[in-house]
Amino acid sequence: MATLIILIVFIMFLGAIFTGGYNKKYLQRMQDNWLWEWITTVDHKRIGILYMLGGGFFFAVGGLEALLMRLQLMFPDNQLVVGDIYNQLLSMHGTTMIFLVSMPVLLGLMNFAVPLQIGARDVAFPFVNSLGVWLFLFGGLLVNLSWLFGGAPDAGWTSYATLSLNEFSPGPGVNYYVLGLQIAGLGTLMSGINFLVTIINMRAPGMTYLRMPLFTWTTFVTSALILFAFPPLTAGLFMLMFDRLFDTHFFTLAGGGNLTLWQHIFWIFGHPEVYIIVLPAFGIFSEVISTFSKKRLFGYNSMVFATVLIGFLAFMVWVHHMFTVGLGPIANTVFAIATMAIAVPTGIKVFNWLFTMWGGRIRFTTAMLFASGFIVVFVMGGVTGVQLAVVPADLQFHDTYFVVAHFHYVMIGGTILGFFAGLYYWWPKMFGTLLNEKLGKAHFWLFFLGQHLTFFPQHFLGLMGMPRRVYTYMSGRNLELLNLLSTIGALLMTAGILVFLYNLVQTLRMGKEAGPDPWNGRTLEWALPSPAPHYNFAQTPRVRGLDPWWLDKYEGDGKLQAAEPLGPIHMPSPAYLPFVMSLGFFVSGFGFVFHSWRVGALGLLVVFACMYIRSFEEDPGYHIEPEELKGVES
Amino acid sequence: MKVEDQQATVAGLPAEPEKATLEGKNKILGFWFFMAAETTLFATMFGMYLALRGSTMGGPTPQELFQLPLVATSTLVLLTSSLTSVLGIMGMHENDANKMLKWFAITILLGAIFLGLEVYEFIEYAHEGHTITSSAFGSSFYLLLGTHGSHVLFGVLWILGLIIQGRQQGITVHNAPKFYVASLYWHFIDLVWIFIFTVVYLMGMIH
Repeated sequence: MATLIILIVFIMFLGAIFTGGYNKKYLQRMQDNWLWEWITTVDHKRIGILYMLGGGFFFAVGGLEALLMRLQLMFPDNQLVVGDIYNQLLSMHGTTMIFLVSMPVLLGLMNFAVPLQIGARDVAFPFVNSLGVWLFLFGGLLVNLSWLFGGAPDAGWTSYATLSLNEFSPGPGVNYYVLGLQIAGLGTLMSGINFLVTIINMRAPGMTYLRMPLFTWTTFVTSALILFAFPPLTAGLFMLMFDRLFDTHFFTLAGGGNLTLWQHIFWIFGHPEVYIIVLPAFGIFSEVISTFSKKRLFGYNSMVFATVLIGFLAFMVWVHHMFTVGLGPIANTVFAIATMAIAVPTGIKVFNWLFTMWGGRIRFTTAMLFASGFIVVFVMGGVTGVQLAVVPADLQFHDTYFVVAHFHYVMIGGTILGFFAGLYYWWPKMFGTLLNEKLGKAHFWLFFLGQHLTFFPQHFLGLMGMPRRVYTYMSGRNLELLNLLSTIGALLMTAGILVFLYNLVQTLRMGKEAGPDPWNGRTLEWALPSPAPHYNFAQTPRVRGLDPWWLDKYEGDGKLQAAEPLGPIHMPSPAYLPFVMSLGFFVSGFGFVFHSWRVGALGLLVVFACMYIRSFEEDPGYHIEPEELKGVES
Repeated sequence: MKVEDQQATVAGLPAEPEKATLEGKNKILGFWFFMAAETTLFATMFGMYLALRGSTMGGPTPQELFQLPLVATSTLVLLTSSLTSVLGIMGMHENDANKMLKWFAITILLGAIFLGLEVYEFIEYAHEGHTITSSAFGSSFYLLLGTHGSHVLFGVLWILGLIIQGRQQGITVHNAPKFYVASLYWHFIDLVWIFIFTVVYLMGMIH
């Protein structure tokens, strides 16, 4: 408690030092700061950028963790990071990459692009949107602070009981995991609800469901998956938290608990999670491939159908992570067949992308390179996925590097390549400049070849019996060469990321002006000036078909059709409460990690106080008058 | 939205003030999705309870513990509160702020009585050796019922705040969706209680 007060005073002190002492104007000066503008922003484009900044930071952290593990495995009997530290690295790498990288960077692109694509001025709940991003950032921060205070979680990203209980994971590590993920998960759930309502209620006139761009469609289905997948995780984390903090017996065998329960609950969340982080990427690829092939997306309706079907089947296959538990041949067979069935809609998608390119005028920009590279990588990951769905084979593959190779192929191939494709594609709309294409291509080739070199050999390592999550291997088992190659691949990927970072810095310093429509785009966002103005559309557009901007350019007068006359635009006011509320959750989480109930309760009190303030607050927003709209181009 | 604002000020409140603005519509739709998420949360917890309720580890079993008359009373109280919240919403639709606030006040009063009965019940159980740490049955029982109970508590505090707002402002297109959504929430925790009554108490008596 005392520590907390000291910390708060210290932060106010720092604020004073950096801005020039305490005086009457202290608060006023704080509010004029650019940082304050970002903290209180409710603009979906800025929130999207915040998501990507946060995700990017954690990507660096998680990437370094992976690099350390690969360096350890470079040679047999290596002594770089061994034992417990290695366990912490592998747990944090998985947790970070899934929860704090894949989802946030995609949520960032969704936040940025979806309201623009459906012709809306903002999301349905700007306040909740801001709350979502701050909860994610504080939750992620909490998980990662474990490195500094008390040791990181070391029970794997799946945190199977009993390994994750106090008996085998003493120390606060798993507490950080449990509390941090609950906070971040709450934020994700809110974003999911926000997107669902935004897409249902805020579409521009004429934008029927079957005229929505595919990225909007995948965002829609992803949000539905978030809605039904995250509550089970919350419930499971709640039980694990009670077992660790309050000595309950959900998973402890001595008290009559049930180990399989955690596995079921975790994978009922965990499998839909896989689709949560890959479906938005599918949407990005659909946009990119269609734009750079200069063709309408092939089989749009079947794409939508396949997306919905994948979303549905995502909840029907969780037991394929548990084939070795021994649930019996009937259960295993049912889930194996359901798993293989997912290959059908996924196959439909792959063929549709190929047929979109077929006969198109393909421009291999960096975004398009990432998209076409994805098809190769993802199909390979999909093939090993079907192999893993075969139960007798899975009994051999389970917990070997074959599995590691499989899910890195789908996750890097899907999510990470998808994010890069989306970033190169939408960057001009975010910042008004073009990312350097030459550096972009270097980035792509280094990263793409690096990822194959890292993970292709791991298939064979797995088939030779090398188990995952083990920090070393012996020499003389034919594992040396492939491990060495794998580590060299990881270094190549790192080089690719460094080129990418250099590209970002160069572009931000002196990027080439992009203009409103650098790619000859098809969807509504390309009708706006770059960067997009904070009110998005001066006049709400009227949509006449799929790819509305393309229609207006080539079958209309080249201007975006408006659905309303110019008038005052209503905007939501900035809000500081989301930040304070998330801070409350963060403080509370920190308290509970260290069994300090008083700090825990204090944080929650802040949260509830904020909710009350928010409920009583009148938020009329403000209006932008037509005279203030500069550069009305639409 | 502007047209709707004018309607609200010039011609009094529209017939369904909670759906008069886009904000209100968004709020209601978003809340339905939130309840879908909550349903999944409770479904997971029911699954947990069904998996663990047999593990009493020598402690008291459900048949020995549960007092149906007490639980039936709680059920009756909570179900009645659902009815009173409907009457509150009817008051809103009649543009009668006093009627609305009165029925919502009765609703949270009944909610508070329910909470009191539940606390009394838990204290009784604790005396008989049935606590959250006594066995997996105890852990799952208290987590499921505690989650529901804290939802009731949250609802009581929330609606209390809304009543204060209603007394200050009357019914507006701005606060009508809040009352409407709160009544949805109240029905939802009632529905969960019906499942708890069936799955935990009634099924607990036969097994």
